[in-house]
Amino acid sequence: MLNLKKDLVVIGGGPAGLAAAKKAYDEGIEDVMILERDFELGGILPQCIHNGFGLHYFKEELTGPEYAQRFINDVKERNIEIKLDTMVLDVTKDRKVYAMNKKEGFLEIEAGAVVLAMGCRERTAGAIGIPGTRPAGVITAGTAQRYTNIEGFVPGDEVVILGSGDIGLIMARRMKLEGADVKAVCELLPYTGGLTRNVVQCLEDYDIPLMLNHTVTAIKGEGRLEAVEISEVDENLKPIPETAKTIKADTLLLSVGLIPENELSKKADVVLDDRTGGPIVNEGRETNIEGIFACGNVLHVHDLVDWVTEESQIAGAHAAKYIKDSFARTNKCVEVKAGENVSYVIPQKIELEAGDRKRIPLYMRVSTPLTAVDINLYADGEKLYSFSEPFAKPGEMISVPLAQKTLDGLDNPNEIKVEIIEKEGK
Amino acid sequence: MIETKSLTCVACPKGCEVTVEYEGDEIIDIKGNACPQGQDYAKEEIVAPTRILPTTIRIKNGALSLCPVKTTKQIPLENMFKAMQIIGDKEIEAPVKMGDVLIENILDTGADIVATRDMPEEI
Repeated sequence: MLNLKKDLVVIGGGPAGLAAAKKAYDEGIEDVMILERDFELGGILPQCIHNGFGLHYFKEELTGPEYAQRFINDVKERNIEIKLDTMVLDVTKDRKVYAMNKKEGFLEIEAGAVVLAMGCRERTAGAIGIPGTRPAGVITAGTAQRYTNIEGFVPGDEVVILGSGDIGLIMARRMKLEGADVKAVCELLPYTGGLTRNVVQCLEDYDIPLMLNHTVTAIKGEGRLEAVEISEVDENLKPIPETAKTIKADTLLLSVGLIPENELSKKADVVLDDRTGGPIVNEGRETNIEGIFACGNVLHVHDLVDWVTEESQIAGAHAAKYIKDSFARTNKCVEVKAGENVSYVIPQKIELEAGDRKRIPLYMRVSTPLTAVDINLYADGEKLYSFSEPFAKPGEMISVPLAQKTLDGLDNPNEIKVEIIEKEGK
Repeated sequence: MIETKSLTCVACPKGCEVTVEYEGDEIIDIKGNACPQGQDYAKEEIVAPTRILPTTIRIKNGALSLCPVKTTKQIPLENMFKAMQIIGDKEIEAPVKMGDVLIENILDTGADIVATRDMPEEI
């Protein structure tokens, strides 16, 4: 076994890991190692060949591979150590990382700080329990994306997509452009889970029908998928039997949600939040385990990589502080709570000395879509201030600044709560 | 005949709901956009919608068998399948660098097809 020591070990070389490593390096921590299980860096971005990335962070529109390439170049310029084809097997709460690869065998790395950046994975057919047979041709949208954009073959000719998450919408267009007949995108809910721009550019541009309040009620076919049965659902999301109809298809793509990949986090006794599926963190993105940080889709599923970058810079900067022993906790922890119509807020607690920060960005999602909303912040039940937005959708994360000045003006608050409700007097 | 169309602006991820009043190719009124990009977008959407085309191209001796590419600017939406055909008929050779021009001025649109990542040779 090879024993190593590193100031910072970053687990995962996708956009989160790359941004965290780069930031920590720029903050003075030069002894950084990225562990990546794939043969190259970039995470999921190399297969996300579509445009729409970088509008917030780079102020220009990039494709996924371009966004990744910029960070890969930055990391390579910085003399950050990268281990590819390396699988992390275990992380302990005293920050020992166990990994292995073909060249070096088994590795034990003692880390000054650890950044968890393992990303997420897709919910599969097994996770949603569709009735019927189990033929080939039922795959996740991300798998189809990998086949089409990386491996070089289109997985089918007649396609139905279940779920209107962004990957599903993107793959509807992609398979259409590659010559497949994309028959419908079915969405159980009365609204889409993807970004509006994707509904426009991926479905409306190519006349692909979006069937809201519809789901797949049966899978048909032996060996290969032959058809799917779809049905409308009632207000309780239960299928209405008399609306069932059969669509001939050899491929069913599932875009039915993403799950943060926290098996390693659990091994280190990191406590997870039921709502996000990721660790509970403070404003520095530190988990309940000292010196173990988390960012990107392992923390909560993001819709834009730009937010992943911003969040990972926060984690990288705080990991650097932790290593430099300039990481001070206040003696009071303020809980951050999700109020009415907010499904979650990140961070879940504020417990670090403010230093020279001006604000803490609070990341959140609404539970149900609304037009004309007030975003209200409360401290122990007392209203602090509001923001107005023309609309709020569950598919689009909202970042609300909590001003440090406001926080300083409070007398030892126990909790900050955010609610997103219909505008008063609307 | 004057027509009204509701559009979702895709100039940025904000996705403003823009309402356009128009008669044929003539724009009468545009409402709901938060910034000037929305004006331009709405106008173009009615007269002649254009999009960036991101796709892949076959590559010989590359670390992967495909290299992702895009058009350097938006091209007419109606040209997408013709452009796909041209890109699909071509095979390039590794290595390439992000930004390398692989096809010039596709379909006389003024847009080039460029690589969107570095693709090293197969190891």
